Amino acid sequence: MDLLRFITCGSVDDGKSTLIGRLLYDSDSVSLDVLAALENRPTVHGAVDLALLTDGLRAEREQGITIDVAYKYFTTPRRKFIITDAPGHVQYTRNMVTGASNADLAIVLVDARQGVIEQTRRHTLIAALLGIRHFVLAVNKLDLVGFDENIFNQIAADYAALTDHFQLPTATAIPLSALHGDNVVSRSNRIAWYTGPSLLEHLESVPAAVEAANAEPRFQVQYVIRPQTDALPDYRGYAGQIQSGQYRRGDRVKVLPSGLESVIEAIEVNQQEVESAVAPQAVVLRLTDDVDISRGDSIIPVSHVPTLTRELEATVCWMSEQPLLPGRKLLLQHHSAVVKAAVPTILHKVNVQTFDRADAESAQLNDIVRIRIKTAVPLAVDNYHENRVTGAFILVDEQSGDTLAAGLIGAANADYFTAPVTPPVAFSI
Amino acid sequence: MSTPKFDYLDRLEAEAIHILREVAGQFERPALLFSGGKDSIVLTRLAEKAFRPGRFPFPLVHVDTGHNFPEVLAYRDQLAAELGEKLIVRSVVDTIKRQRLREPGGKFPSRNPLQTYTLLEVIEEFEFDACIGGARRDEEKARAKERIFSVRDEFGQWDPKRQRPELWNVYNGRIQKGENVRVFPISNWTELDVWRYIQRENIQLPDIYFGHERTCVVLPSGQLLGLSEHLQLDEEDEIVTRQVRYRTVGDSTCTAAVESDASTVEDIIQDLLLAKVSERGATRLDDNISEAGMEDRKRNGYF
Repeated sequence: MDLLRFITCGSVDDGKSTLIGRLLYDSDSVSLDVLAALENRPTVHGAVDLALLTDGLRAEREQGITIDVAYKYFTTPRRKFIITDAPGHVQYTRNMVTGASNADLAIVLVDARQGVIEQTRRHTLIAALLGIRHFVLAVNKLDLVGFDENIFNQIAADYAALTDHFQLPTATAIPLSALHGDNVVSRSNRIAWYTGPSLLEHLESVPAAVEAANAEPRFQVQYVIRPQTDALPDYRGYAGQIQSGQYRRGDRVKVLPSGLESVIEAIEVNQQEVESAVAPQAVVLRLTDDVDISRGDSIIPVSHVPTLTRELEATVCWMSEQPLLPGRKLLLQHHSAVVKAAVPTILHKVNVQTFDRADAESAQLNDIVRIRIKTAVPLAVDNYHENRVTGAFILVDEQSGDTLAAGLIGAANADYFTAPVTPPVAFSI
Repeated sequence: MSTPKFDYLDRLEAEAIHILREVAGQFERPALLFSGGKDSIVLTRLAEKAFRPGRFPFPLVHVDTGHNFPEVLAYRDQLAAELGEKLIVRSVVDTIKRQRLREPGGKFPSRNPLQTYTLLEVIEEFEFDACIGGARRDEEKARAKERIFSVRDEFGQWDPKRQRPELWNVYNGRIQKGENVRVFPISNWTELDVWRYIQRENIQLPDIYFGHERTCVVLPSGQLLGLSEHLQLDEEDEIVTRQVRYRTVGDSTCTAAVESDASTVEDIIQDLLLAKVSERGATRLDDNISEAGMEDRKRNGYF
């Protein structure tokens, strides 16, 4: 059994919470006491309000909205699912970015009466920007348009035009009614003209995380294990998670940023030596040489070394109330490496409805901007569209410790400024 | 050379080990909050996988309410000894005396809310900057929005509106003096996942998790509460002896038993697959009070 993480995106009234509630309810993932608590709550139509299964916090219950990312879990005989429920309002772009960062698939929900609207574009583009490869267009509330095939086809065509325009992966369009359960878990006989899978059938069959086993090998040291006991006086193990690709015993490796070279003497998983290991395994590496390595350093096969640079260009989603102004100094956290950094330049702001660029003097909360960053220490990085792990970072306020921004490395090449690269449209914004 | 196939438990395990190592790498004085319950027992197994052959970079900390099940305390001491790791125990009874707190009264006196005081005391005493806990997002609605690294102010308070966005698997543990972080490595596990992991890893648990005969009082809700000296019973209470087990291990005064003759982990997994009452609902007397019960306690510094 494997694992699929997906995010649901939609506008306030598209019925997103109802859809999640329906998935949980119809897949028998809701227990009796939780249902009893729901049934005790006042409802509009007398039926159990499935949306309440996901609206957890009091402020949300009071206002009837979802204000923060919530996680829900369910398991079918074929898969374990992690649902990230991100709110739909414009002002919560940061939550959408947060939710999309960990998702393999996005369900983009539209109301059949409204079709593709600005929010649909926005959610789709953000999900694509964050590297999601699988899209489902869930055309909801089809009961309210008489299960009209033409309306569904028109919406699916409108959406295909959008994904084509931005060279995004093709979406699977599914007509459904979350409120009544049509095509959510079981196929509906009220939508006879539709012969494709139900939403859950699709979620069970879509390829799970394209594991980075074939990607470039990447590993960063999280913690150095040094028992210093009588039995193991000289043991030095570099503990970390393989971020992508495969590591083999005997690989000749380079330590970055120092540039020192050594050979992998052993790969340990739970204290057992193994010949090889792949992402996302948590391992301990031991090297043949006693080189100086500490937390945040990367250990990478010499044949696959990434860019080592102090200058980056990146697309960031600004997540702080306090705006970003050029010249700002802050911390950049690239997984276990935390370095001082500065933002000398804001290149432009990105319109997330259109991916058009606009000049910007600053970045406000929920803005997506392209910036240049300089770091005090060189970082071993990849472009986000090539590696979703090592291409990602966050920006942190040095004093408060608050997370200020999510960053996607767009150009890590040392010679970027003289030799422009041409990544796919969705990643060159 | 074959590439090993990863199932979802392997992924959950790798994620949890990664989180534990981030704690070790980012904090000066972390601690692992150990209750003797299955979730914290699973955490110790994950810590072995994360840090052996080295020692754990944190002690185990147990907040003892004085209402714990004796079987669980014995298990706790034995596990700490077997692991060879440091165990710190602080007592709610001492806190009650020191801070002149009011002992909970009533028929079923729960010291559960008072644990928070002792927890904050022990955090202050050892200047812990990160406390690892076994909470899971599937346990309760307010937990569903909890971050894996959850920043608390110096009063241990959780502010749902001030939570940091948590992106990818990048965990930001940077804090100001006086603040601390609660870390939940098994956030993404469900009760069933925990049991399947216990099965796969052949983890030994306290006996009370398995079916056994116990004398219980029948609560008005129909739930069964094991008899103990801390309960204030009266003549009208119905006392029965049943074959029961515990799904969670909290205080003996507020953790109900469920009828079951499941004697192995396999039996329990079968029970769970058939079970229609969620873990907290089946066994916790203190969450039914109000729908916002957990949210309020978290705001006040609860685990």
